[in-house]
Amino acid sequence: MPNGSSTISGWGRIPVPGREVLSEDLERLSEGAVLSRGLGRSYGDSALPPPSVREVATTTLADRLLAFDPETGLLRAEAGLSLKELNRLFLPRGWFVPVTPGTQFVTLGGMVAADVHGKGHHVVGCFGEHVTRMKMRVADGRVLWCSDEEHPDLFRATIGGMGLTGHVLEVEFRMRPIPSPWIWQESRRVDDIDAYVDALKDAAEKWPYTVGWIDCLSPGKNMGRGILMAGDWAEPSVAPKRFPHPKPRVTMPVELPSWVLGPLSVRAFNTAFYWKHLPREMTGIVHWESFFYPLDMVRHWNRMYGKRGFTQYQCVLPEEAGRGAARRVLEILTRRGGASFLCVIKDCGPEGKGLMSFPKKGISIALDIAVRDDTQELVDALNERVIEEGGRIYLAKDTFTRPEHFRAMEPRLERFQEVRRKWDPEGKLRSAQSVRLLGDRP
Amino acid sequence: MNVAFLGATKGMGRALARRMAERGDRLFLLGRKDAELDKTAADLGVRGGGAAPGHALCDLERPETFGPALDAAVDALGGLDAVVVTAGLFATQDALESDRDLTRRLLTVDFAHTVLFCEEAKDRLLAAGGGKLCVFSSVAGERGRKPVILYGASKAGLSAYLEGLDHKHRADGLEVVTVKPGFVKTGMTADLDPPPFAGEPEEVAGRVLAALDRGAPVVYAPIAWGPIMAVIRSLPRFVMRRVGF
Repeated sequence: MPNGSSTISGWGRIPVPGREVLSEDLERLSEGAVLSRGLGRSYGDSALPPPSVREVATTTLADRLLAFDPETGLLRAEAGLSLKELNRLFLPRGWFVPVTPGTQFVTLGGMVAADVHGKGHHVVGCFGEHVTRMKMRVADGRVLWCSDEEHPDLFRATIGGMGLTGHVLEVEFRMRPIPSPWIWQESRRVDDIDAYVDALKDAAEKWPYTVGWIDCLSPGKNMGRGILMAGDWAEPSVAPKRFPHPKPRVTMPVELPSWVLGPLSVRAFNTAFYWKHLPREMTGIVHWESFFYPLDMVRHWNRMYGKRGFTQYQCVLPEEAGRGAARRVLEILTRRGGASFLCVIKDCGPEGKGLMSFPKKGISIALDIAVRDDTQELVDALNERVIEEGGRIYLAKDTFTRPEHFRAMEPRLERFQEVRRKWDPEGKLRSAQSVRLLGDRP
Repeated sequence: MNVAFLGATKGMGRALARRMAERGDRLFLLGRKDAELDKTAADLGVRGGGAAPGHALCDLERPETFGPALDAAVDALGGLDAVVVTAGLFATQDALESDRDLTRRLLTVDFAHTVLFCEEAKDRLLAAGGGKLCVFSSVAGERGRKPVILYGASKAGLSAYLEGLDHKHRADGLEVVTVKPGFVKTGMTADLDPPPFAGEPEEVAGRVLAALDRGAPVVYAPIAWGPIMAVIRSLPRFVMRRVGF
């Protein structure tokens, strides 16, 4: 029953009034809905309803695989299919998604909407690059297919369009064959942020997957010391013969009190994490889940940040800004004593086909920030820096960016809004985020 | 195992059919909507790594479809080892009390027509020397309860029928498996507030498949609902009158 008091939130656990409506029949469910939602792993308000609407259409029950061609790897499925299920079914058969984000708890529809990128962006681009066509319900009620040939404007605006152009019903994309279900990983301890950025660029030349974690609390000389990880699917000759057992999961049973993640504990964690990697270089075979989805091992890890929730700040800094750009952004954080113990730095390749897709040539920085009284000012300061560097933010993570900042970093916005106006002249399709950032009606 | 499956397009039926397809059982789907059957068949085909199962129209509101649909299954599979029924209607007590026509439909579909379908299935299984008949009833049929008076009555009748059938025919090689799910989070219950111990369809599917394999006559799923219903069955009437469940 529609319940007036229910709330709904993103992964950052900052709730708004609302509820999810579910059905196996996505075509019917999407009729008249203002927004689709998948597994709710976007951190901020991307998958939350606008203030005057209570309901979002949750796609997770619409999760059927509709076609797979083992000759070409072409796969078509309903938008609610989870990556977890896809991995469970296809890894044993020697197939993997062309692009994976850092969690398996996402749907195909969500992967399109956020145009997710992963550790391989410098080689394979975003998920949208591998999507061949999509079945959509658009604002006027029609159900249609779009691709590079059919309604290309809709296709490109939907990739990375945060669900604001229409409801994705089915997604067709190409899976990639893998030589074994194990990962060969090489990791290195790096002394500071500048060395880290150089090492990341070097690794990207050699490896299809690169990622790294840095300590952004230590100021001065040690700032940005970190661990750089690079990997690839292991060749059968070096991989174990058995199939990797599913990793055991633990659950964060309750919300932690906010003081647990204070500067001291985070500093201790960061130091321990850094020195755990005692040899400067390590190599070996690792489990694909530990490599791609380390945080999936802890269910409800978002409870760690306490009652007020958290946000993730993720930006991309263009190559033109030079190698000092990352240091300049991190300095804002250390100056304000922001306690973030997950600062992930990735290499990005060229911009993809998605009209509002996040990555562009340069490096991406992502940090978790527990909500405090000064979070808005911190995000403002970071955004001002990012604008100066010529960078931009990732909508799937955002909760606090101001519309004027977003406009300043997104020259592509006008074109995106044009496509939206063409396909949705009455402005029906919208989210809490599009009301906040794009000026949609509440 | 060759299985004729009525209700594989949604909810617990979908989860159970997927498990069967993934372990290599051969399925034939029965259902109301051709387009839905097509999609579900495609899904099961991809999961099983083989051809998509065939399907035929079978509507629990139209008993004349039962025999031909089951015959199509026998023909397509070259014999049946099991028939599974997960289809049925659901409506809340409030909705049923305000709509006599809906009440008539629900009682007819969930009891009378499901029994008629089982009779057709039973004849075909016995003719082939036995097999398994697995039917989804509900914990709602365990006891007269305020929130599920009408739905529960239809399921009580169905459970009693299935129990009798099992007593009579087990010696003939026909094993009747009655599934009694508690609250499970599916499209059917998406508008209700889930109680504690609400289960997931995948969990139910695992338990049901194990019960089906060993021919257990009754299975509660998820597992917590067995003891919960044992308590509810033993409560005296004056307590049941006062409580809301």
